[in-house]
Amino acid sequence: MLINRLATSSAFPVKLSLVSASLFLGLFFFLPLVLVFGVSLASRGMYGGITWIATWENYQRVLDPLVGVIFFRSLLFAGLTTVVCAVVAFPLAYCLARASRPWQLILLTLVMIPFWTNFLVRTYAWVLILRADGILNTLLIRLGFLEEPLPLLFTDVSVFVGLVYGYLPFMVLPLVVAIERISPQLEDAAFDLYASMGAMFRHVLLPLSTPGFLAGGVLVFIPSLGAFITPYLLGGGQKMMLGTLIQQEFLVARDWPFGSALSFGLMGTVLLLWFLLGRTSVGKDPS
Amino acid sequence: MKRMPTSFIVMSLLVMLFLYLPVVILIALSFNASTMGVAWKGFTFQWYEKLAMDQAILEATVNSVVIALASTGLALILGVGTAIGLETRQGVQRPWVNMVLVLPLVIPEILLGVALLMVFVLCQVHLGFGTIIIGHMVFNLPLTIVIIRARLRKLDPAWEDAARDLGATSWAVLTHITLPLLRPAIWGAGLLGFTVSLDDFVVTFFVAGPGSTTLPLKVFSMIKTGMTPEINALSAVMVVVSMVCVGLSWFVQQRSTPASSESSY
Repeated sequence: MLINRLATSSAFPVKLSLVSASLFLGLFFFLPLVLVFGVSLASRGMYGGITWIATWENYQRVLDPLVGVIFFRSLLFAGLTTVVCAVVAFPLAYCLARASRPWQLILLTLVMIPFWTNFLVRTYAWVLILRADGILNTLLIRLGFLEEPLPLLFTDVSVFVGLVYGYLPFMVLPLVVAIERISPQLEDAAFDLYASMGAMFRHVLLPLSTPGFLAGGVLVFIPSLGAFITPYLLGGGQKMMLGTLIQQEFLVARDWPFGSALSFGLMGTVLLLWFLLGRTSVGKDPS
Repeated sequence: MKRMPTSFIVMSLLVMLFLYLPVVILIALSFNASTMGVAWKGFTFQWYEKLAMDQAILEATVNSVVIALASTGLALILGVGTAIGLETRQGVQRPWVNMVLVLPLVIPEILLGVALLMVFVLCQVHLGFGTIIIGHMVFNLPLTIVIIRARLRKLDPAWEDAARDLGATSWAVLTHITLPLLRPAIWGAGLLGFTVSLDDFVVTFFVAGPGSTTLPLKVFSMIKTGMTPEINALSAVMVVVSMVCVGLSWFVQQRSTPASSESSY
């Protein structure tokens, strides 16, 4: 079947675009990432530029406790976000996967739309909800639950809520795909063998959904780890994460080598996860 | 559906509410007459009127649209051919091709931003429209390729075979058979790429220069300088525009997928 399409592939424009697309991504995606690694081994110049003197110093600074705390925080937040997304997304994914055709299409569209919709603006909406004179505080005070507004914005909780909100759709879609592949007959078989609803989920559905959890987990964990908008808008200056620290090193402190070392730490984690996912069956499936 | 646990349906509804309520609140507040806080002080269009009068916002809108059109257009020109090429060459039918292709879409955007910034500055490229368009193409191109490839897989190669058996040259097969059959996917990819480019903040933030402010950059600087009701109005417009574009992109692709998509389930 693939060979049959050779008719088209030999057309000149196809070859040309194949070559130019590879060149483009090589030049503006892979090369810049290699450069990040290169710069991370260089020294900072007198006025914020780069001096090409090789050093490990930037990586030693990554291990500095002050930076370590931010690294650890980011890992913890990304991990927590992933777990909560998995728990919250599963029921929705199950309903989606087992819904009748028209419903499935409607619900899938509804989940997919925020997935591609302006992340900055969606995060900003939470500022309106959480700030001192925001919707939530105003509502709670009106209803008499609170006397004084609670400090909700610029806390760990607000960052965490923002991350879950932002990346939840990344978990839903792979789970739907995974659950759809599980034959409903397996569920019936479990019930026929007197499994309770809970037992069926624990022993049949959840284990078989593992590929979905893995793919969704990686897709949530990676952007959460490198998130910039969420910790910036919802965490303020105090609740730094890796993304905000990198931005600060590049645009405020203008210490590119150290910023590059941080970026490479992030990139290494991402590539390792991506590689591990590729080794599982999930990565081998093109869709 | 049989035996859908009620708790699951309730949970699903709550998740949907969680996904959409903030957007609804944002849109509602953009019509609030109050200048401070969220208490409802009556319905007004005045923030939208103010937006329409704001020269800087109009400029940013034009910039955003120009950049989105350019990056999407270029990504389509390169992406369609690449997708066709990838679907035919056996040599590249390897899992790693997918992993590598999707990498620009999953990598944290901030990495892309700082990496491109360093390349541009070290090569002394002037930061502005050109660098933003290149930055957006880095994710728009793989996005296009992935969507077009998915469509190609569903196409019956017999169409192309038939044309070739009837003596069509490879150029004729491409322009008369393959490309017309791909049209819905091309529209879908174009609309999605346009939206993603229009919405992008992080990469743009790093590679933009003076005079190339886009709408998301404008929103960000407005949030930083202080909360005004105009931000709500602008945000509401942006969120509605991108939801409509994404919905449209999805619709174009779904509607035109013939029976083959049913059979793939």
